[in-house]
Amino acid sequence: MKKYAFIIDIAKCENCNNCFLSCKDEHCGNNWPGISLSQPLHGQRWINIRRRERGEFPFIDVAYLPQPCFHCDNAPCVRAAGNGAVYRREDGIVIIDPEKAKGREEIVSSCPFGAIWWNEEAQIPQKCTFCAHLLDQGWKKTRCVQACPTSALSSVFLEDKELERLIREEGLERYGGERQDAKPRCFYKNLHRYTRAFIAGTVATGDKLRSDCVEGATVRLLKDGNPVAEQKSDAFGDFKFDGLEADGSVYIVEVLSSAGERHTVEIELKKSCFTGTVRV
Amino acid sequence: MSEQVFTNCTNAGPVSVYVKDGKVTRMRPLVADEKDFKPWTIEAGGKKYSPPKKFAVAPYVHADRRRLYSEERIKYPMKRVDFDPDGERNPQNRGKSPYERISWDEALDIVAGEIKRVKDTYGGAAISGMTSSHHNWGIVGYKMGPFARFMNLLEYTPVLDNPDSWEGWHWGATHTYGFYWRLGMPEQYDLLEDSLKNAEMIVLWSNDPDTTRGTYTGQDSALWRQWLKEKGVKMVFIDPFYNFTAGVMDGKWIAPRIGTDTCLAMAIAHVWITEDIYDKEYVRDRTVGFDEFKEYVLGNTDGQPKTPEWAENESGVKARVIRALAREWAAKRTILSGGARGGEGGACRQAYGTEWARMMVLLQGMQGLGKPGRTIWGTTMGAPSDTKHWFPAYADLQGRVSTADIAKYVPMNPTKQRLWRLTLPDAVLDPPVSWYGEGFCGQSLEQQFTHFEYPMEGYPEIRLFYRYGGSFMGTMSDTTKWVKMYQSPKLEFVVNQDIWFNSETRMADIILPACSNFERDDVGEWGACGGYTCHASSGCNYRIVVRQQKCIEPLWESKSDYQILTLLAERLGMKEEFTDGRTELDWVKAFYESSDLPGLVSWEEFNKKGYHIINIPDDYKSTPSLRWFAEGRDCDTPDTNNPKRNTEKAKELGTYSGKIEFSSESLKANFPDDEERPVSPKYIPSWEGHHSEMYREYPLQLMSPHPRFTFHCHYDKHTDWLDDIPGHRIKKDGYAWWPARISPEDAALRGIQNGDIVRLYNHRASVLCIAVVTERIRPGIIHSYASSAKYDPLVPGQADSPDRGGCVNMLTPSRMVSKNVPGMTPNSCLIEIEKWEG
Ligand SMILES: Nc1nc2c(c(=O)[nH]1)N[C@H]1C(S)=C(S)[C@@H](COP(=O)(O)OP(=O)(O)OC[C@H]3O[C@@H](n4cnc5c(=O)[nH]c(N)nc54)[C@H](O)[C@@H]3O)O[C@H]1N2
Ligand SMILES: Nc1nc2c(c(=O)[nH]1)N[C@H]1C(S)=C(S)[C@@H](COP(=O)(O)OP(=O)(O)OC[C@H]3O[C@@H](n4cnc5c(=O)[nH]c(N)nc54)[C@H](O)[C@@H]3O)O[C@H]1N2
Ligand code: SF4
Ligand code: SF4
Ligand code: SF4
Ligand SMILES: [Ca+2]
Ligand SMILES: [Ca+2]
Ligand SMILES: [Mo+4]
Repeated sequence: MKKYAFIIDIAKCENCNNCFLSCKDEHCGNNWPGISLSQPLHGQRWINIRRRERGEFPFIDVAYLPQPCFHCDNAPCVRAAGNGAVYRREDGIVIIDPEKAKGREEIVSSCPFGAIWWNEEAQIPQKCTFCAHLLDQGWKKTRCVQACPTSALSSVFLEDKELERLIREEGLERYGGERQDAKPRCFYKNLHRYTRAFIAGTVATGDKLRSDCVEGATVRLLKDGNPVAEQKSDAFGDFKFDGLEADGSVYIVEVLSSAGERHTVEIELKKSCFTGTVRV
Repeated sequence: MSEQVFTNCTNAGPVSVYVKDGKVTRMRPLVADEKDFKPWTIEAGGKKYSPPKKFAVAPYVHADRRRLYSEERIKYPMKRVDFDPDGERNPQNRGKSPYERISWDEALDIVAGEIKRVKDTYGGAAISGMTSSHHNWGIVGYKMGPFARFMNLLEYTPVLDNPDSWEGWHWGATHTYGFYWRLGMPEQYDLLEDSLKNAEMIVLWSNDPDTTRGTYTGQDSALWRQWLKEKGVKMVFIDPFYNFTAGVMDGKWIAPRIGTDTCLAMAIAHVWITEDIYDKEYVRDRTVGFDEFKEYVLGNTDGQPKTPEWAENESGVKARVIRALAREWAAKRTILSGGARGGEGGACRQAYGTEWARMMVLLQGMQGLGKPGRTIWGTTMGAPSDTKHWFPAYADLQGRVSTADIAKYVPMNPTKQRLWRLTLPDAVLDPPVSWYGEGFCGQSLEQQFTHFEYPMEGYPEIRLFYRYGGSFMGTMSDTTKWVKMYQSPKLEFVVNQDIWFNSETRMADIILPACSNFERDDVGEWGACGGYTCHASSGCNYRIVVRQQKCIEPLWESKSDYQILTLLAERLGMKEEFTDGRTELDWVKAFYESSDLPGLVSWEEFNKKGYHIINIPDDYKSTPSLRWFAEGRDCDTPDTNNPKRNTEKAKELGTYSGKIEFSSESLKANFPDDEERPVSPKYIPSWEGHHSEMYREYPLQLMSPHPRFTFHCHYDKHTDWLDDIPGHRIKKDGYAWWPARISPEDAALRGIQNGDIVRLYNHRASVLCIAVVTERIRPGIIHSYASSAKYDPLVPGQADSPDRGGCVNMLTPSRMVSKNVPGMTPNSCLIEIEKWEG
């Protein structure tokens, strides 16, 4: 049985909001019988683009994490609602039945990922439907996927086996922290850009009067005395170790100049940071 | 009734419009038949690059349905309650008094009556009127068509637009490499292929293409930049703001203090000269005046060598970073991307912006401009694109109802008097005003040196102002002056014709409701503006001409601009002269017939299907921009407006010498003693920057680039869905505020927290915004987008009242780029900021 899933590459998302706005165009003011009632004009973010800035001026980066309903394999919302008010279709799409779920505000909090929204006026919980009404009419892609200019956001329709292979080959991850047991069917590439931290720095020679960037210096990252990563500084003398857990661990950044000098900086990693200029 | 699907086009992409029971239910990127696409392929580095069969439109287009039905639509003709054409006019109450609904008959009688009265009393030249820059898409209804045709019939005084998009490039870069027919932008042909094949690095200097989106070409080029990133092409961003392209490209960020880019450029030249790492052969053969420039860079003329250390002091960018950049640039095949179209960029809209733009050209001139991977390219145009089949675009004379040969009658305006947009308020309030330059100087370099004075001898001052659109509080400079102008009794009558309420609408005596492009018939090619940016649709993956079908009847009591002007013309006894005997649909068909489209698709098919894709021919030949010049060959690109093309001078650029001019011959001939736009470029500290007197009281620099989620005033305020995008407007206490971005340092110094309402102020005005505290902005700078559509003064009608709509242009100076360069300078603006306690 083939099922749908979202594949989202964080490194390709430029926060253009095409997905968010196309979702509004499809669902605001439009009822899609059996699948969904109109999304209110404001306040619901069926695809919620989360934003993160990391680092400090001028060593920063930004990441965007578009988050639709994950259409979980083992969906807590389905279990909590009971009685078919929220159900999972054979194609993997999780639907909130607009009639059966009427008046049941508690369904909103059954989603551990914050993907369900409450419609005060219609008294129903609502969320992304994977545009099931369109797929049922023969469309191949959802509105948001069609609108994405870079294919940061895409969808697949695959057998579980094929999906598993894709996850392996592309290094895809689920987002959702502790609640992996829900088995979200939304897989992220380059997730570390959003969830992890970096240590960046720059290597230079000389003093205030005359200084140059050092390209090609060997920079090592050590944790508990063990090297965990190694890089060469680039033409601007910059290096950046990414994908680190911001758990307060202590790291040592070790810079080895071509003359064999060794300089170290100690970092307690609580959030992405800049070591300052390492002078060699 | 069953569902119908219509085709239409917006200024950022084509759409399919779904209509049920006379109501639009969906608007999505146009769905074309798979078989109609023939994607091109570029081979580079052993890979093949080919675009998907779809149109990647800009975000706001997805919200166009909401804009169509917006409560911000002007629904009925209206009259200011205390305006009486036969009695008290109360001009002082413009911007203050409310409006009452009137009938179309009454509105048209008043407008036609006033036109007739003013014309009879003072002459046609006492009538003036103007549009804004950007119109809803479609050549038939375009502002340069019907509106211009109507105003020409009245023999009005036109207001010349300053070339706001191009400023420094128009007034500066043209004197280094010509291209005045492109207002200072270089050609962009086949540069996507060149970059994929040859580029190793791209320096995006004052450029955020993921935001500015090729101006009209939506997001097709976002994918190209992904390809370049995947190829490992290094990207460097020189911008005081960590912009959105920098974010997704993960580039190197260099953030100079505003107003010091020229200084940075000089230091790069200094490294190249002193380390002997520039293309000496190219400089010898393809340029003139290098020695004079070199003397200045080395400090032999003024005692100050333009070293990276000197530049660090001015710009705040580390000397070692400047040196590293200069060396990388020289060592790698590096493309320079100096703004949305190759050139442009916020750095060109400021004091002495000419010098920066000239330096952009000259830096590439030192590295072999036009050689493989060494060009000037915005990253937004130059896909393989058919240029053989012509379809008129709005800026083409043959694409306008007012000037096209398809008209039986073309009205000529005999009035010689002109106004200058940026000094219009001064012209009304405090004449005379004078300036150099004929607006968009696209015909010759000399047009920049024509002197104008208003009022012109033998002509009256203006008394009637016909405003079509109404965006200027958010887009022109020092805009409290516009409020004052509108309240002047000298303007006896003001009419405003627009679709939505904009920042100036409520300054009029009569307001006329126009309808959108979805409520009338039209035709247009996506991305194609023609004229000074010919072949701009090469920023799209596919050329597509769209038959813009009327999807629904005009809403409320709105009418198409063409209809409104027809009704006025009728009352003035010139209906036939105005319409040429044609309906809007007749004009659509006539433009189709005048084009090369009939050879490709029948009218019946085009009209019914609603679009035609013009694919590239099988024998497509790539002719990269300026390669001909670098190789000393005749120009082989299809740059039709290049006057030397196909002549015996076809190897030459459009400068006097035909070469790149480090020392400008055109400036030497016309303004040899201008210290502010010297013959050879110089770094001149800004007249409103960190060295100026004003800095002591107002130590923050305001930068106001082009808004990411709207197209200038289009969509802002009229499409409230955008307020749900965190970062367009931000809601607080039930109000959607305009964001002002501030660094954590500057915020802490002033006790400002994220989400606080803040007052941005200087001696010109106060604007209330919501603070966004972010590491994305260089300390010392406040970032707030231009082009708020909402002017909402705390005290309506009072010019100096704080505005909470977000028109930050109330703060920007009306001083020009330099004394002989009448360009706008919004990015030379000093302010202070404080928490607003209300
Ligand atoms: N601070 C700062 N200011 C800037 C800039 C900057 O970088 N910084 N950039 C400058 C630049 S490059 C530009 S191009 C300008 C743009 O500034 P403007 O030209 O002032 O802005 P637009 O949003 O294009 O204005 C469009 C107006 O026309 C109306 N309109 C659109 N379609 C129709 C139609 O079909 N019929 C009628 N009747 N009206 C219509 C719209 O409703 C709106 O009122 O801003 C300039 N201002
Ligand atoms: N979404 C959207 N797209 C648009 C428009 C729009 O309104 N909205 N407008 C269209 C029009 S009419 C035009 S003319 C083009 C304009 O296109 P551009 O002129 O290229 O756009 P800007 O936003 O003015 O500037 C681009 C970048 O320059 C940076 N910048 C500003 N001042 C300085 C400076 O002093 N130094 C440096 N190094 N960088 C600086 C800004 O932060 C910004 O990231 O965009 C077009 N595209
Ligand atoms: S993301 Fe939330 S709402 Fe969606 S299926 Fe999973 S648990 Fe249910
Ligand atoms: S799949 Fe459909 S419903 Fe879900 S976020 Fe995308 S557009 Fe919205
Ligand atoms: S449309 Fe694509 S690139 Fe744009 S915000 Fe959504 S996921 Fe990101
Ligand atoms: Ca900081
Ligand atoms: Ca908001
Ligand atoms: Mo512009």
